[in-house]
Amino acid sequence: MKLDSKVPEGQIAEKWTKHKFNLKLVNPANKRKYEVIVVGTGLAGASAAASLAELGYNVKSFCFQDSPRRAHSIAAQGGINAAKNYQNDGDSIYRLFYDTVKGGDYRSREANVYRLAETSVSIIDQCVAQGVPFAREYGGLLANRSFGGAQVSRTFYARGQTGQQLLLGAYGALNRQIANGKVKMYNRSEMLDLVVVDGKARGIITRDLITGKVEAHSAHAVLLCTGGYGNVFFLSTNAKGSNVTAAWRAHKKGAFFGNPCFTQIHPTCIPVSGDHQSKLTLMSESLRNDGRVWVPKKAMPGLKSKEAMALPESERDYFLERKYPSFGNLVPRDVASRNAKHVCDEGRGVGSGLAVFLDFTDAIKRDGEDLIRAKYGNLFDMYAQITGENPYKGPMMIYPAVHYTMGGLWVDYNLSTTVPGLYALGEANFSDHGANRLGASALMQGLADGYFVIPYTIGDYLANIGWKDKIETDHPAFKESIDAVNERVKKLLSIKGKKTVDEFHRVLGLTMWEYCGMSRSEEGLKKAKKIIHDLKAEFWTNVNVLGSPNELNQELEKAGRVADFIELGELMVDDALSRTESCGGHFREESQTPEGEALRKDDEFAFVSAWEYMGEGQPEVLNKEELKFENVKLTQRSYK
Amino acid sequence: MKITLKVWRQKNKESKGAFKTYQHDHVSEDMSFLEMIDVLNEELIKKNEDPIAFDHDCREGICGMCSLYINGHPHGPLQTTTCQLHMRSFNDGQTITIEPWRAKAFPVVKDLVVDRTAFDRIQQVGGYVNVNTGGIPDANEIPIPKRIADEAFDSATCIGCGACVAACKNASAMLFVGAKISQFALLPQGQVERKDRAEKMVAQMDAEGFGSCTNTYACEAECPKGIKIANIARMNREYFGAMLTSYEVESGGGD
Repeated sequence: MKLDSKVPEGQIAEKWTKHKFNLKLVNPANKRKYEVIVVGTGLAGASAAASLAELGYNVKSFCFQDSPRRAHSIAAQGGINAAKNYQNDGDSIYRLFYDTVKGGDYRSREANVYRLAETSVSIIDQCVAQGVPFAREYGGLLANRSFGGAQVSRTFYARGQTGQQLLLGAYGALNRQIANGKVKMYNRSEMLDLVVVDGKARGIITRDLITGKVEAHSAHAVLLCTGGYGNVFFLSTNAKGSNVTAAWRAHKKGAFFGNPCFTQIHPTCIPVSGDHQSKLTLMSESLRNDGRVWVPKKAMPGLKSKEAMALPESERDYFLERKYPSFGNLVPRDVASRNAKHVCDEGRGVGSGLAVFLDFTDAIKRDGEDLIRAKYGNLFDMYAQITGENPYKGPMMIYPAVHYTMGGLWVDYNLSTTVPGLYALGEANFSDHGANRLGASALMQGLADGYFVIPYTIGDYLANIGWKDKIETDHPAFKESIDAVNERVKKLLSIKGKKTVDEFHRVLGLTMWEYCGMSRSEEGLKKAKKIIHDLKAEFWTNVNVLGSPNELNQELEKAGRVADFIELGELMVDDALSRTESCGGHFREESQTPEGEALRKDDEFAFVSAWEYMGEGQPEVLNKEELKFENVKLTQRSYK
Repeated sequence: MKITLKVWRQKNKESKGAFKTYQHDHVSEDMSFLEMIDVLNEELIKKNEDPIAFDHDCREGICGMCSLYINGHPHGPLQTTTCQLHMRSFNDGQTITIEPWRAKAFPVVKDLVVDRTAFDRIQQVGGYVNVNTGGIPDANEIPIPKRIADEAFDSATCIGCGACVAACKNASAMLFVGAKISQFALLPQGQVERKDRAEKMVAQMDAEGFGSCTNTYACEAECPKGIKIANIARMNREYFGAMLTSYEVESGGGD
């Protein structure tokens, strides 16, 4: 299939303005005749549902948590970028655009990224008007900081809880529309299928997680705002419930999956402490502003934080400072993560062997413990609580962890997937971050998509199809879909095998981490493919899911999600195999510079991989969307 | 570590619940409290016994989904969320009692899972500023003194977990409601509907069946985010002020 990105003609700075003018409008009196389904209530979902309801559309909103306020956007710490240039330090929409395309290692679509930078300024206005308490200077104006190695201060923040405050703002906007009767909210409801009739998305099938009732919902359009799929690795910084199921079921109904193997591994997380570990905890990368990363020059297995203090300078290797003298400890996330893995692979890891030190001794000597406490106190406390160690008295131990997925459902400039009427917003789509996301850009994208893009682009689709073009839930396609979902639930409960759902999930996660994580090779990926293939077969014959379908059954919920993760894992491996270049977070060992850095192959791989589902047991087909760079010059990233 | 657990098991809202005792011999002090239950659940499934249902999601102390009333304290012995509580806070051989949040307005759904949608309904009647998307003046148009912005932020950090209600002998939700009313009473953006908001949110809080505040300070002592009781005092001031001077009162005399 030929992929049409629908990027408008013209100069990059004028595309979105012109496009908005060219989009059809829905008459205000007719808006109330349309229904839109929004799945997910994070930044993208809550902002989209609220904004569409304000326009007059009837919205049905779904989340699997007990309240829309729990969506995992709430956990974002650092901040949100916007090209306000309040600091008079040379920022501009063009610079934010340029930085984002470059940071993504030239694997994102220029026009989308430009629009993201353009709408970023309105997001801050919107959130402040909602009463989001951003950090302020003594003069009463908004404060900014530099984040993730950016050369300008364009990050707005609310202490270390920016995601929480932005989400609660969007949650308020959503609540207001629930009270107005324009949004009908379904808590504790999980989408388990997409219904497509005559080539258009017509509705979804959900399971009420308390009663187990499987229900059909029809609408003129469906928006998936269901977040990323980092939990395919079992251990990640994602919430335990974060899953790929909604996106994956849509994929199997015709939505192409873009760049599935593009995963972001965050360098500063608390290392795994044992087999019982259920998730990983991120600590803001601002810690790298003052902390120095090191391991011993010679392998010292089991080296503990307390003993490390006695190790003389001459026996320490500050490997980031040594290899990247100009950026030092502030190299981008992918580079920092890969190097930590590298020294651990050499056997020089500390603690369990899968950890490196992040040392504040020099900073405390220089600035005093009080200043360090003022800057990072909450992070140090969190570290002490989780590890039982005092980070003021010895270096922290850190290790990289899966944090974000740049890949997602393929969308065009209008955020439409390859199924007309089905849209994907926020982390659920592949669009704006290329092969690596910059810090403080995820919140920006979620809100840009929900507040300022979809309210325009969806109108064009709805105006074109007309309000009469809706299929009701008594159509056989809905019945068929409900039967399929019930059948699958029944099947999961009937296997009664010997292994728990988590046991399968852990094997999948370890396999993905080992072979499709920070470093990937043809040999390893082929091994992973085999393991996952066998795992899938074993899952469907040997998983043990207890309980009944008609009750709150958390094991059943997990089982369905893990089954989908297994299938996604296989696709991620295929994607990583087919992309024999290195770019951003995707490091192919076969493609590196003589110094061991990621080597892109722009002649061969300047495209988006969009995978097309071909049916059970069939290999997926790779479609390519060529990426054209008319404004940004492609260069090799260097942090030496 | 080896511990004994007394866990509240209840099949669903209608059925009668009871404590069940479990001997848990595979506990490491590095486990989080929820991981300790994960491990127990894995063992239960292996024995074909129904695992314990409990709410949780982010496991980093911010989403507010985890709950649990542990040895008589919401979120256990430390002033943190249950997901951030680790087993090193307990002793080898200890008996730990786990109950769901207990409040009329939070009915039990299953085992340790309760229904907190009453909180959503309170927020829906007024926990926001009435602005539509777009057409907003520049964010720096209205300067806000840092002290005020910081104070509003302190109120805004509430995670909506319900520990305040669980801690209170009256099952009062005033800390939760007071935090939201305070955030907007402090900020210039919240002024337009200040009175209306206080009246509506308090009315909904009462309608949901939450109790009154009798100043025991239990909510403040147990709140994992350190929300201060001053929020309740401010809520009361806002509410009384609204009752005496709101539009409805002023125009309500004749017809």
